[in-house]
Amino acid sequence: MTVTERQQLSYIAAQAADARVNLEIETEGMTLNIGPQHPATHGTLRIVAKLDGEQVVAAEPVMGYMHRGYEKLAEVRTYPQVTTLINRIDWLGSFANEVPFILAAERLMEVEAPPRAQWIRTVLFELSRIANITLFLGDMAVQVGAITPVFFAFRDREHVLNQIEAATGGRFHPNFDRIGGLKDDLPAGWVAETRQAMRKIRAFCDEIEELVEGNEIFQARTRGIGVIPPDVGLSYGLTGANIRASGVDWDVRRDSPCGLVHDQVDWKVWTHPDGDSFARFWVRLQETREATKIVDQLLDGIPSGPIMAKVPVIIKVPAGEAYVETENPLGVMGYYVVSKGDLNPFRVKIRSASFSNVSITPWLLRGVYVPDIITILGSLYFILGDIDR
Amino acid sequence: MIGVLSELSYWQVTSIRVVAGLVAVLLVAGTLVYAHLFKMVSFMQSRLGPMEAGPYGSLQLMAEIGKFLQKEDIVPRRADRFVFKAAPFVVLTSTFLLLVVLPGGPDAWFISNDLGIYLAMAVSSVSVIGILMAGWGSASKYSLLGGLRATGQLIAYELPLLLAVVGVVIQAETMNLQEIVLAQANGEIFGWGVIGNPFIITQFAGFAIFMIAMQAELTQTPFDMPVAESELVTGYMTEYSGLRFLLFFIGEFATAGVFSAIAAVLFLGGWYVPGLDPADNLFNVIGPLVLFGKVVLLTFLVFWVRFTFPRLREDQLQRLAWKFLVPLALANIVVTGVLKVVV
Repeated sequence: MTVTERQQLSYIAAQAADARVNLEIETEGMTLNIGPQHPATHGTLRIVAKLDGEQVVAAEPVMGYMHRGYEKLAEVRTYPQVTTLINRIDWLGSFANEVPFILAAERLMEVEAPPRAQWIRTVLFELSRIANITLFLGDMAVQVGAITPVFFAFRDREHVLNQIEAATGGRFHPNFDRIGGLKDDLPAGWVAETRQAMRKIRAFCDEIEELVEGNEIFQARTRGIGVIPPDVGLSYGLTGANIRASGVDWDVRRDSPCGLVHDQVDWKVWTHPDGDSFARFWVRLQETREATKIVDQLLDGIPSGPIMAKVPVIIKVPAGEAYVETENPLGVMGYYVVSKGDLNPFRVKIRSASFSNVSITPWLLRGVYVPDIITILGSLYFILGDIDR
Repeated sequence: MIGVLSELSYWQVTSIRVVAGLVAVLLVAGTLVYAHLFKMVSFMQSRLGPMEAGPYGSLQLMAEIGKFLQKEDIVPRRADRFVFKAAPFVVLTSTFLLLVVLPGGPDAWFISNDLGIYLAMAVSSVSVIGILMAGWGSASKYSLLGGLRATGQLIAYELPLLLAVVGVVIQAETMNLQEIVLAQANGEIFGWGVIGNPFIITQFAGFAIFMIAMQAELTQTPFDMPVAESELVTGYMTEYSGLRFLLFFIGEFATAGVFSAIAAVLFLGGWYVPGLDPADNLFNVIGPLVLFGKVVLLTFLVFWVRFTFPRLREDQLQRLAWKFLVPLALANIVVTGVLKVVV
């Protein structure tokens, strides 16, 4: 958790911004509403930015335009029905949303999925990570102004979506995870096709590396912009690639695994010391590559056996409470499930990554210019459904 | 063609010129929209582009125009109505004025003016006023930011654009665009005159600066902060709809065509093709087509860059103009001048 010189300088610059703005020629400030309908906010996030010229004096995110009340709705649904809801939280990597909830329910019921189900669950978990982050890799280029890479992202994301669809029947909302295992076994030929898709994703990563990451303008726009020092990031509750880009070597998949079999394969947690927008992009790019390697290795060793553990047809979860978190594409996602022994949960609290990741914006956006708002928001990478739930 | 025109009465000549001007701007703009925006970019982005309207979607632009004409012409309540409504026409006027001095053949041009390129550079600045009008008149913060950005950017890039032209003017010893073409057609490269002397060879630095500055002048990526879709929605065009948006849209491509035509005249020999006599009357017919071919080539470069590169930030753009392009252009002028005197 060392603070680099660049981080320190940018930290000082951000803090001095308020003072500097007022010392210069007195001008009238302007309040700019970025959103709720704006091309750069992926939905309905609203940023109220007080500007001095093009410099941001203060910025505040306004959330709640897409609140759908999933936590409350989950209280009136049975446990298997809840997965249908929570699929829609992070809609780009839907399957990953189901996993922590199912794991929490399994922990309460004291059942464990058979090894085969655990392995396939992990494969699908990583596939949804790839489906999610490939879109980010293209989308980040759009935020910086290059239109073409996002089409490549959509083109190659298709291969992964096809595999998710072949295995689960749903492209975007699989609803495939069950308490005690999975709904179905894998179709024939799926493993070979998935390997091929992984090769295409790796080629896509190389393409993005040349086209976007290596581009001088992209580097000029993102390096040293939106620097998050590790201590600040941790105090705002940043997780996932956002905090790893600040040099914090922390990944739930490795450090506190529960129910998924990431510890069975050989992989690496990527970190970057800089903490700027470029670092966040770089870490996600490496993570996508790493995820393809994880999938490849997992496919080698899927054990045989049943796909479901023995669970009753009508699921009643014994009274108790459980909190399970996993390293989802956007960061750490956790479900705190309280059961009173009924058909439906008494209370579900969803800890979603984007909510915390966006909460740093008032600190981060002070003193930056309007174009940098967009690159910083883009690099923080949030999904509106994940913020508002 | 001048000979033919001199026998006609004033209104006939004027009508022919107006029609020729409209065709030269709108047909070129339409072709560029189809060839580059609809097709080339689609192939770059692994998609087909429009395929339904006409063969290979060639009538898509007509469909788009039909769509835009049906839309309501909305003026924001707090907008400065006259300024808001006039702005697109001011921008388009600058495009048409640029066309006036462009030669399409030995006799096929609108006016013979010894201040040719000087006039072109002067009227190209008129579009800045239109963009500022649009940005200010819209009563929208995004538009205002876009308009201000555009003004700062276009003023900064007028200078390298102009300085890049000076090298050509020194070499051709004239500002008349027709004579610049003839100087290239009749010139020799170290005594070898088969292809003439297109100034792209001797003025390569000038050509590079001109193309970069032109990219900025056209507000295309990587210099598209004034419209910056992901930041300012569409900058100064945000509040426009229907016909007026269409005028901005056509103006963008028409200006790209006309600026590329100026670049083609200055650096690629204009309407001249090597191997023919530049005084040949044939050039009055094929000259415009040759020029058009060169325009398509240069606009291809413009749009290739536009759809590949990310966008610079405003301060990075100014730094590039003042700290890199202007000194380079000045050095180019010095070298050209010294060589002109010595050789």
